[in-house]
Amino acid sequence: MNVTKLLHPTEQDSKMPTDLAALEAWFDKRLDDKLAEREANRTPSLAIIATKGTMDMAYPPFILASTAAALGWDASIFFTFYGLELLKKDLNLKVSPLGNPAMPMKMPFGPDWLKHMNMPVPTLAATLPGFQSMATSMMKQTVKAKGVASIGELRDLCLEAGVKLVACQMTVDLFSYDKDEFIPEIADWIGATSYLAEAKNADICLFV
Amino acid sequence: MEATNQTLDARGLNCPLPILRTKKTLNAMQSGETLKVVATDPGSLKDMVAFCSQTGNTLLESQQAGSDFEFLIRKA
Repeated sequence: MNVTKLLHPTEQDSKMPTDLAALEAWFDKRLDDKLAEREANRTPSLAIIATKGTMDMAYPPFILASTAAALGWDASIFFTFYGLELLKKDLNLKVSPLGNPAMPMKMPFGPDWLKHMNMPVPTLAATLPGFQSMATSMMKQTVKAKGVASIGELRDLCLEAGVKLVACQMTVDLFSYDKDEFIPEIADWIGATSYLAEAKNADICLFV
Repeated sequence: MEATNQTLDARGLNCPLPILRTKKTLNAMQSGETLKVVATDPGSLKDMVAFCSQTGNTLLESQQAGSDFEFLIRKA
């Protein structure tokens, strides 16, 4: 406290109690009030690292980021490794039951009893040519029938809502991609250091 | 339900689309105006509560009408 302030106490200062116990209580309350005020004025943030390029694993990052943006949060997704597939202009994502034993195999059409029946696929069958395309086409039909957005739609909604999409520079070099293959809305091409510096301040950071 | 300024039909849409559409519709509305949202996604019952508490908008009503869920939101 400087001399001027001591000589001319403000209204706030004059309300300060003089005995120690009361002073501590006063200070604690003021600290709580200030912290609550800061918390109320702060914008929460979400940082997601998307590393998978399959149709099933494309949903979590786009759903969470678009929802966060709808809540008024700052949201960003860092796409690295196979995650870069999600930023291609031409989205051609697939889903495979191979090595994916939890994936339900249900018919998207037909009578209700059939649609509710789970048909586990033997691993060997899932290796047959054309099986992956069939599984992908079935999942796309299921998604549409259940009113779930397509990945392309969700990506557009993310962009519209101001979700920041950043891509990994190293992956482009590693897999010899051409940057023209990707959507122009990518905010930046960066490396691990830059994204970690950004994610450090996020309230929620997820690795998908 | 009381008179509303706008109605959003989010029937047939699933998470997170009803919330995203609600947010978009609210963006174009004035503070104090009310929006009625009709959805069929059962998840919207809890999501709409969370959405309003996070965004400061007021959830005036939340009710089920047959297979529809109806929400009345006042824009903050």
